[in-house]
Amino acid sequence: MRVALLSLAAAMLVLAGLAPAARAEEAGHVKVVKGTVQIERSGQKLPATVGAAVQSGDVVTTGADGSVGITFLDNSLLSAGPNSVLVIDRFAFDTTTHQGAFESSLQKGTLAVVSGKLSKASPDAMKVKTPAAVLGVRGTEFLVRTGDGKE
Amino acid sequence: MTRPVSLRRITGGASLGLLLLAGCAKPARNDLYVLLPSQDGHASGALTVESGSKQTTLDQPYEAARVKEPGNVEPGTVTLEQVQQAFGPALAAQPPRPVSFTLYFLENRDELTPESRPILTQAIAEISRYPAPEIVVIGHTDRVGALARNDALSLQRAGRMRDELVKAGVDPARIRVEGRGEREPLVPTADEVAEPRNRRVEINIR
Repeated sequence: MRVALLSLAAAMLVLAGLAPAARAEEAGHVKVVKGTVQIERSGQKLPATVGAAVQSGDVVTTGADGSVGITFLDNSLLSAGPNSVLVIDRFAFDTTTHQGAFESSLQKGTLAVVSGKLSKASPDAMKVKTPAAVLGVRGTEFLVRTGDGKE
Repeated sequence: MTRPVSLRRITGGASLGLLLLAGCAKPARNDLYVLLPSQDGHASGALTVESGSKQTTLDQPYEAARVKEPGNVEPGTVTLEQVQQAFGPALAAQPPRPVSFTLYFLENRDELTPESRPILTQAIAEISRYPAPEIVVIGHTDRVGALARNDALSLQRAGRMRDELVKAGVDPARIRVEGRGEREPLVPTADEVAEPRNRRVEINIR
C-alpha cells in the first residue's frame, strides 16, 4: 500500500512537472487586428483574429493594409505596422518567479514594443533581432523599423 | 585631346562598378531604432543597439540609432512627428496596457471592506475596454490562523470576486482564480499578526 501510494505520488509529481511545460507553448494573444494579418505555424497559415493564441515559433505577417497588436503572458506588448514579418523565436515565462526568455525577430517592417515582467525581472531576458542588429532591452518602450532601403 | 576622354571613361566605369557592388552584395538599409518615454511614469530604461562590431546605448526619450548598412550604427534623435510618420500604424495597434486592482477584505471573511466596493465597480468597468480580456483573480490573507485555513480563505475571497465579475456579465471562461493564502503578504509581518492590507484580492486585467 505504501509503495503504491509512493509511486502514485511520484506519478503526480511527474505530471505536475509536465503541466507547465505543456502550457509554455502559449506565448500570448492577439488583441488588435486591422486589415490582413496571418499567423504561420508549422507550415500552416492561419488568419489572425482577436483572441487567437500566439505560440513560440509563430511567424506573424501583416499585409500592406495590416497591423496587429499582441499581449504576451508576461504583459509585454508587441504591435506591428503594415508589411511586417515578426517571428516569435522563443517565449518562456515562469508566472511565479518571472524568470524566462523572450526572443523575437522583426525581419521587415515596423514594430512597437512595451517590455513586461520578464525584462523587469532580469535585464537580459528580452532580445529583439533584425537582419542588421540585435537589441538588448532594459525595461523599456521602443520602436523598430527594418528594411532594405528600397521599400 | 583624346586623353581626358579616356580618363573620364575609366572613372565612369569604376563608379558604375562600385554602385553595382553596393547594390548586390550589401543592400543599403533603412533601419531606425527609437527609445520612447515610458508611459507609466518610471524611468525609460535603456535599449542597446548592436550591429556587427558597433554598439550604441539609447537611454533618453527619442534617442535613436540608424543603421544604413550592417556594422554601422549612427546615433541621433527623432522628433515626435518623425515617430508618428514612421510608426503611426504600429503604435495605433498597441493593445491596452495591462492593469491591476487591489480590493481589501474584512477580517477572516470573504466580504469586501466598504471602501473597496467602488474599486470593484471600477475594475468591472475597465474589463469592457479590453479586447479578448484575460483576467486573473488572486486571493490573499493576513497571517492570523493556520496555513491551510488561509489557503482556503484566500481562494474563497478570489472566488467571491469571480462571482461578482460573472454577475456583471464577464465570461467565466476568461477568468482564472488563484489563492496564495498567507504566503505573499503585501506587508511582511510576523506570524499571527492581523494586517488589513494583507487581506486582499488582486484583479489583473490584460
